[in-house]
Amino acid sequence: MTSESFLGTSGSHPAPQQAGPGAVPTAEDPFLVVDHLSVRFPTHDGLVQAVSDLSYTVRRGQTLGIVGESGSGKSVSSMAVLSLHNPKSTRLEGSITVGGQEVVGADDATMRKLRGKEVAMIFQDPLTALHPFYTVGQQITEAYRIHADVSKSTAKKRAIEMLDRVGIPQARSRVDDYPHQFSGGMRQRAMIAMSLVNDPKLLIADEPTTALDVTVQAQILDLLQDLQREFNSAIIIITHDLGVIAEMADDVLVMYAGRAVETGPTKLLLTAPEMPYTWGLLSSVPDVAADTDARLIPIPGNPPSLLNPPSGCPFNPRCVYKPKVPGELCVTTLPELLPAKVGRDHRRRCHLPDPHETYRLEVLPEIAPELAGQELAGQELAGQEKVGP
Amino acid sequence: MTETQAQPHTNLRGTGADNKGDTLLEVIDLKKHFPVKSSGIIRRTVAHVQAVDGVSFAVPRGGSLGLVGESGCGKSTTGRLITRLYDPTAGRMMFEGQDIAALSRRQMLPLRSEIQMIFQDPYSSLNPRHTVGTIVGTPLRVHKVVPDDKVLDRVRELLEVVGLNPEHYNRYPNEFSGGQRQRIGIARALALQPKLLVADEPVSALDVSIQAQVVNLLQDVQREFNIAFLFIAHDLAVVRHFCPEVAVMYLGKIVEIADRETLYSRPHHPYTQALLSAVPDVKQAAIGGRRERIPLEGDVPSPVNPPSGCRFRTRCWMAQDICAKQVPPLLQIGPRHKVACHFAGERGSTGAVPVTLDVLGCNSHGDPVPGATRAADLETPGYSPDFDDLETHRRKSAELADR
Repeated sequence: MTSESFLGTSGSHPAPQQAGPGAVPTAEDPFLVVDHLSVRFPTHDGLVQAVSDLSYTVRRGQTLGIVGESGSGKSVSSMAVLSLHNPKSTRLEGSITVGGQEVVGADDATMRKLRGKEVAMIFQDPLTALHPFYTVGQQITEAYRIHADVSKSTAKKRAIEMLDRVGIPQARSRVDDYPHQFSGGMRQRAMIAMSLVNDPKLLIADEPTTALDVTVQAQILDLLQDLQREFNSAIIIITHDLGVIAEMADDVLVMYAGRAVETGPTKLLLTAPEMPYTWGLLSSVPDVAADTDARLIPIPGNPPSLLNPPSGCPFNPRCVYKPKVPGELCVTTLPELLPAKVGRDHRRRCHLPDPHETYRLEVLPEIAPELAGQELAGQELAGQEKVGP
Repeated sequence: MTETQAQPHTNLRGTGADNKGDTLLEVIDLKKHFPVKSSGIIRRTVAHVQAVDGVSFAVPRGGSLGLVGESGCGKSTTGRLITRLYDPTAGRMMFEGQDIAALSRRQMLPLRSEIQMIFQDPYSSLNPRHTVGTIVGTPLRVHKVVPDDKVLDRVRELLEVVGLNPEHYNRYPNEFSGGQRQRIGIARALALQPKLLVADEPVSALDVSIQAQVVNLLQDVQREFNIAFLFIAHDLAVVRHFCPEVAVMYLGKIVEIADRETLYSRPHHPYTQALLSAVPDVKQAAIGGRRERIPLEGDVPSPVNPPSGCRFRTRCWMAQDICAKQVPPLLQIGPRHKVACHFAGERGSTGAVPVTLDVLGCNSHGDPVPGATRAADLETPGYSPDFDDLETHRRKSAELADR
């Protein structure tokens, strides 16, 4: 199995149309551009503002991690990339371009060409995402034949190749198995095989390992990284697990109540975060090496309702640093996503006069005293980060 | 929310399980085999799922034991056996000196109040048609611990203990968020002032920011009411945070049990090593390092027909002949450290000779050595004050290796 055979079918897509007439797309051009995206759902109780004014870009070969709690809009925003929301019950604003193709408002025929071919998705629960009545092979073959004009037998060969590539033992016989005959890890592998069968340029993995055990999670994450290296695809990995982000992502987008609240290169965001919600995420999770006598520092309260999000900063009702901000700024005004003090491409929403210093002097000594002295590492890192677009 | 501020950690009393008087629960060689029935009219038993196959451990009074492992390893089944939601196939469970494994339903009744359970999913473990007052008050009424007219007062007290508004007793579960529902489940479990709480994945269904609130609450109630915990979870970091003592299960057996410092910093079983290496670590990655990951091939074998000998051998990089022939005993190698592996040792420092030969009385191929004796009673809960350390076992075993 060579990489050419995977890439072979992908040569015929139309060239991306951005960056002026005749411009040749380069690796540095973002493949996915999400620009001021808002997703709202009208309901009986009012308008649910699931995603508000969200912008980000992803290049090929880049892995973007989106972190947030349930209801933070991380899944909703990535489903919009594939236009998976029912247009009758969804209000979409802003723009999403995939390889130059506008997705917001695109018709079904356009989307069908895009789905699976340019952008593929891996869902959290492989048992519900796979059809129980069809064999794994039939489902992969179907996904392949929608985009490639090949015979059934060729497609089946391809399905076996793909299953083999994602590490299913005896792929030749397992291809005729039904999903329930696979274990959890194998189902997730089968789903990855299905999503990669058309060599997509962007892979959206929505909590791909949340339903799996840690050792299987490690296998799947390694597999995703290998495949990315091989196919140079862009990956968006959506998770609530900062550990997964730390291992997988080049860049992170932290979402809260439908908004981006902090974004930047992974190492930088984990060592020098400048947004109290990110601090809370870091402090409330025990890790396998932490001091066991220390108490966890939880984020007080509950995530806000998106029917009636808080005014000003969405995090202000749960933020313990609010008193440090002069006046009622946190409650009255939404902070802009401004460049952070440390690092290029590092932006955050916060009214604190100097969140970097607050983190260094007040938060870090409490959550990781052993790291408090190493603050310089973060500063140095900032200089080494690769230049973004 | 009543989140108490960070306070100096008072060491949990009585974690030394070697003191017999301090032990609340002793589980000895506990087994649960679920029958697999054939299809058709005569539903004959064709096989058994060996969900739990001989586990022994002790939970000290007021202490906590963590039970970790991957799905299907039998950790939840163990929890349900201890609460007697399942009837054990074999083995003993000594609760305050009384064997509860063989008690009838009626005999079990008074003990139900002493052992309570917190469930994983706060959405399905609360009856949606009952008010919080009914949910939390029912155990009080069933066991008649307080007169009927005092139930409501007690419910309010309990709600306050778990950080809920006591005046919300007449609300329904759907009016609460996930974290608050889990608090209701905790209030219900506390209602009867149990001595042992079996917490089966108490925080894994909650959002990350809420998990810490619930973990802190559980720590508070443990200290306040001196409740012993059997804390079952797959999240190794949460278990390490909560439990001074941790047991790792694989396919129905305990493979390693130790105090948390030893288990997490110097694991001696290859499965524990692989499991720990697979946990993504934020701080490591933040500094730029990445722990060496030990890849495990394949999947967990079926518990219907587990591998002979050591159950981990099909995925183990150190497996030898003996691993297929002899079940490794859970060998005590430290004051509070037991491990079930023929080649136990820290990664990279395992010897070529099995360390279990002296207790098994066999040679390095797993065949019995004439004249050598097999140690009796290899399945004991807790720790013994006199034990041979790993070096002694290795030396003694070396004498038998080639015979």
